[in-house]
Amino acid sequence: MNTLELPLHTLHVAAGAHMAAFADRLMPIHYPLGILGEHRHTRAAAALFDVSHMGQIRVQARSGELRDAAVALERLVPVDLLSLRPGRQRYALLTTSSGGVIDDLMIANLGQCFYLVVNAARIAEDLAHLERHVSDVCRIERLTDRVLLALQGPKAVDVLGELLPQASDMRFMDADSVELDGVPGVVTRSGYTGEDGFEISLPADHAAPWVARMLANPLVQWAGLGARDSLRLESGLCLYGHELTSEITPVEAALEWAIQPSRRSGGARPGGYPGDEVILSQLSRGAARRRVGLRPAGRPVREGASLFDAASGGEPVGHVTSGTFAPSAQCPIAMGYVPIALATVDTLLYADVRGQRIPVHVSPLPFVPPRYYR
Amino acid sequence: MDIRYTAEHEWVAIDGNQATIGITDHAQRALGDLVFVQLPTVGAVLARGALAAVVESVKAASDILAPLSGAIVDVNPATVAEPALLNSDPMGAGWLFKIAMSQPEQIGELLDADSYGRIAS
Repeated sequence: MNTLELPLHTLHVAAGAHMAAFADRLMPIHYPLGILGEHRHTRAAAALFDVSHMGQIRVQARSGELRDAAVALERLVPVDLLSLRPGRQRYALLTTSSGGVIDDLMIANLGQCFYLVVNAARIAEDLAHLERHVSDVCRIERLTDRVLLALQGPKAVDVLGELLPQASDMRFMDADSVELDGVPGVVTRSGYTGEDGFEISLPADHAAPWVARMLANPLVQWAGLGARDSLRLESGLCLYGHELTSEITPVEAALEWAIQPSRRSGGARPGGYPGDEVILSQLSRGAARRRVGLRPAGRPVREGASLFDAASGGEPVGHVTSGTFAPSAQCPIAMGYVPIALATVDTLLYADVRGQRIPVHVSPLPFVPPRYYR
Repeated sequence: MDIRYTAEHEWVAIDGNQATIGITDHAQRALGDLVFVQLPTVGAVLARGALAAVVESVKAASDILAPLSGAIVDVNPATVAEPALLNSDPMGAGWLFKIAMSQPEQIGELLDADSYGRIAS
């Protein structure tokens, strides 16, 4: 596969970014400030991430009635889209027929259409899935030649509010179509860092002036994918391919909160999405395993490490899906899957790190308190 | 003092029978911010190529192998308390451990600055 450059590639290079391939894009991994510094800056002020590798998809009803698109999309996600008001977005999951996850995504109601943001590595699968199951009712259009910027951190609202006053009036998970220098854009008050912040989608050839205006504010620093990963892990957020796969259900992933009561047993529209039998059964009876937070003692434990319930011997009881040193919590942190009997907070487990068993305690998630503007 | 290098991006400062080992500036740049250091035990006897220390950045873990055979005679605990020393002063305050060489002839198999410079460029 060819590696493509981001529309703002030259800006990143000029800022001293270390670039590396991610999905099919050459992405900024970190800037001269470094992952630790960018992470801490995000928690302290405001960081600007270029996440244009993410897939942006517009879904419109052929009938012109957005409700028809909501009904159609509800066939694919265990999420209530009929109650999603214009100007709001929800976290959603495309599920497999066995209850696994094809992708996790954001779905925003922009009034005339639904606007989806999906994972870069899953764009082709998601588009094929949408085409196969809802193209009878919906027009599905991948938005290309667009830049997606994430401005994240406690000062993000001060920065964007100066440039786009209506941003200050938004609350967490609001999503609005906006005019940016006279061209159509989308702003949502959301992100992937656990902080307050915004995601801004706009045509690629209009992005550079907005980047320049945001960076002109001394509160703002570039941050790369490295800090994005440590921020989301510290905030207990799932990363597709790690905490979420086609073999893991939303209930196992501790994402019950994403499934509204209307789509559960006894609700107005229970089931009706791929894998609904498995998911509804797990919602009422529980799943055999569960995603948990882990606090390794002393040293970081990385993705793929096996988990044991004894300091020596025995068979693995689970595995680590992401692990790093938490720059804000100032200790090693990880997430992984363990049997439900071992998923209780403070349970002592052991992670195998090249033959050495490192004690890890099951920990509540997230590792740092979220600071969304609700 | 004679400073040699390994292809694994370690520096080795030879002083008589003793060698001081750390990671190169190239290594610390590639690893990024160091957050964890595990040092060998003083007195441990290691063969060349044996696992001597572990350094971890936010991104990844990296093994530090003994570049020479011998006994560990000293370690730098400051790096455990403050792994960032490996970033700020990799060839100085960020040194990791000292080996009393049992086979000094192994020095000849280490890289000189020019050879290492070609690898690390």
